[in-house]
Amino acid sequence: MKLKSLLVGLGLLAGVATVQAADDPFKVGFVYVGPVGDLGWSYEHDRGRQELQEFFGDKVETTYVENVPEGADAQRVITQLAKAGNDLIFSTSFGFMNPTLKVAKRFPNVTFEHATGYKRSKNMGTYVLRTYEGRYVSGIAAGMLTESNTIGYIGSFPIPEVIRDINASYMAAKSVNPAVTMKIVWVNSWYDPGKETDAANALMDQGVDVLLQHTDSPAPLIAAEKRGARAIGQASDQSSFAPNAHVFSVRDDWAPYYIKVTQEVMDGTYEPKDFWGGFQEDMLSLASINDNLPKNVRAKIDETYDLINSGKFHPFTGPIKDNKGNIVVPEGHTLSDTELAQVNWYVEGITDEIPR
Amino acid sequence: MIQVQARTEPSTLMTFASPFLAIVLTLIFGSLLFTALDKDPLQALHVLLILPLSDAYNISEMLVKMGPLLLCAVGLALCYRANMWNIGAEGQLLAGALGGSAVALMFIDSNSALAMPLTLLGGILSGMAWAGIATFLKVKFNSNLILTTIMLNYIALYLLIWAVHGPLRDPEGFGFPESALFSDATLLPVLSDSGRVHLGVAFAIVSALFAWFLLSKTHLGFKIRVYGADEPAAIYAGYNSKAISWFVMLFAGALAGLAGVSEVAGPIGQLTPNVSPGYGYSAIIVAYLGRLHPAGAIVAAIFLAILYMGGDLAQIEMGIPIAVVGMFQGILLFFLLACDFFIRYRIVPYREKMA
Repeated sequence: MKLKSLLVGLGLLAGVATVQAADDPFKVGFVYVGPVGDLGWSYEHDRGRQELQEFFGDKVETTYVENVPEGADAQRVITQLAKAGNDLIFSTSFGFMNPTLKVAKRFPNVTFEHATGYKRSKNMGTYVLRTYEGRYVSGIAAGMLTESNTIGYIGSFPIPEVIRDINASYMAAKSVNPAVTMKIVWVNSWYDPGKETDAANALMDQGVDVLLQHTDSPAPLIAAEKRGARAIGQASDQSSFAPNAHVFSVRDDWAPYYIKVTQEVMDGTYEPKDFWGGFQEDMLSLASINDNLPKNVRAKIDETYDLINSGKFHPFTGPIKDNKGNIVVPEGHTLSDTELAQVNWYVEGITDEIPR
Repeated sequence: MIQVQARTEPSTLMTFASPFLAIVLTLIFGSLLFTALDKDPLQALHVLLILPLSDAYNISEMLVKMGPLLLCAVGLALCYRANMWNIGAEGQLLAGALGGSAVALMFIDSNSALAMPLTLLGGILSGMAWAGIATFLKVKFNSNLILTTIMLNYIALYLLIWAVHGPLRDPEGFGFPESALFSDATLLPVLSDSGRVHLGVAFAIVSALFAWFLLSKTHLGFKIRVYGADEPAAIYAGYNSKAISWFVMLFAGALAGLAGVSEVAGPIGQLTPNVSPGYGYSAIIVAYLGRLHPAGAIVAAIFLAILYMGGDLAQIEMGIPIAVVGMFQGILLFFLLACDFFIRYRIVPYREKMA
């Protein structure tokens, strides 16, 4: 035992060099804000990474760093990924935006892609999901399924993406159920099963019988299952957590984008841009639509999905009024991606105020 | 058989030998862990413990990580020496970050030479004020300092989250909970060309040396030590226990506040909801690993900073999941604390008692 520990110690002191693999494969690094086992946001990004790896095989080598805090540490982790020879780095949380931008300046030959942000540079692009598409279909289902005419929304942070999705959900619900009202609870977190459970119960106490969530844990589904309500899964397929309550999950699929960008950077055709992916790009899908849904609901879900997927319908097409009576989208106008990124109003009929 | 026996006095040999024994045990059990996972144990240990110090960039990043840990730990060590069980470094750090940011955002379009010093002052005073609340409750009402400081940590966090969603939010930030980027005049100067080592890191080391001097060479330091070692004796000697309590708490609050403002005006450059990944809590480990001595805190802070960085590097270089890194760090901390057992106790062969 003594001898072994001595040997180990000596080996350490001698600083046994780490053997770096030959630089042949194209190296892609990923930075996750949560653990890969969160069954939501980071889990789906890692699934995208695995599919990317599978798609390119030996030609690509992927690395990830999970549970990276959004403070001073992010910049170090991203720098270390760049220093380790990664040619392309995806940073997958909003809080990584400024750190990524700083590192991108220092490593002009590395390509950076940041999810959900709004800052870009010569070698840094952004990508985001058209989550409002999935949210619109969710709103249709919720509006048809609610018996109390009250649906609930568990919000994470009052940022444009979430506000936009609240609007999409409510407009959809109202289109099939003019009497519907919506209650909103903010939990100020992307992933906090405890708070999400509390929020779900608080909403159900107020008469909500269909829950939508903009947070990543399956906790609200579990709460809904317990109390015989309905809920819609977020980010990944969460059907197994609530066999009866689960309506469907709006599943994120990052793989098509990761494969596309990797190919572009390898070919030298990459241009940084503000990329939006949704149904059409196969980056959003409706997973595990429950067999226990009434036939007419199921039919309407499929119909709405097809309308959005084919591009025949865009939820943010005017005329749309905000809940103070101002026209925010004039007739005949559809919000551009830039405008979608700045939505800071609630649509007419939502009896609530955006927290400031 | 064997039995555990209390030593008549702490063993000097073990005081120094215990950390080494712990490291040897960690290397053995760590190697077993990595072998079981099909990872080369030597390479894993190298990446975890040596690579963070392998080049100028990594060393500078290690120092950046060490800074806030050390600032908080020095203050905590002084508090614990004086029997003030301050668990509130995290809250004091966040208060410092918040107060400092509020000042920094007043200088958003300014090149004033006062911007940076005033920002730091804002952070330090905020940290002191936050520590002052708990101290006041303790001195005036004899409330439990452990509980009040823990609860104030949460209050500070929620105050910060409120501010960053509300009054301090970047008006051009599309509603995201972040402040505007601070102006260059507000940011702490960077001390090296390539890395991010900033003035705050220098403050950390100076504060540790100052605390060392204070504790070992001044009358006040002597009083603190006596008060901590034997409170009745200190009171009998006529020491003002309230003054000592106020001093160590405000000193700790100032340092933690400085740590917080140095993060936002240093490597981060803006106020975000995620200023601290728990520096104030990790600093408790640092203070104890450093045996409540300011010089020991320097060594312990460097050590913990290496461990954290090694965790990221192990993921990048070897694909070791964070959970395994956490297990390794747990093994190490466990043995470090467990081996201290031998300072006060020894294991001797069991003997039948005479009838």
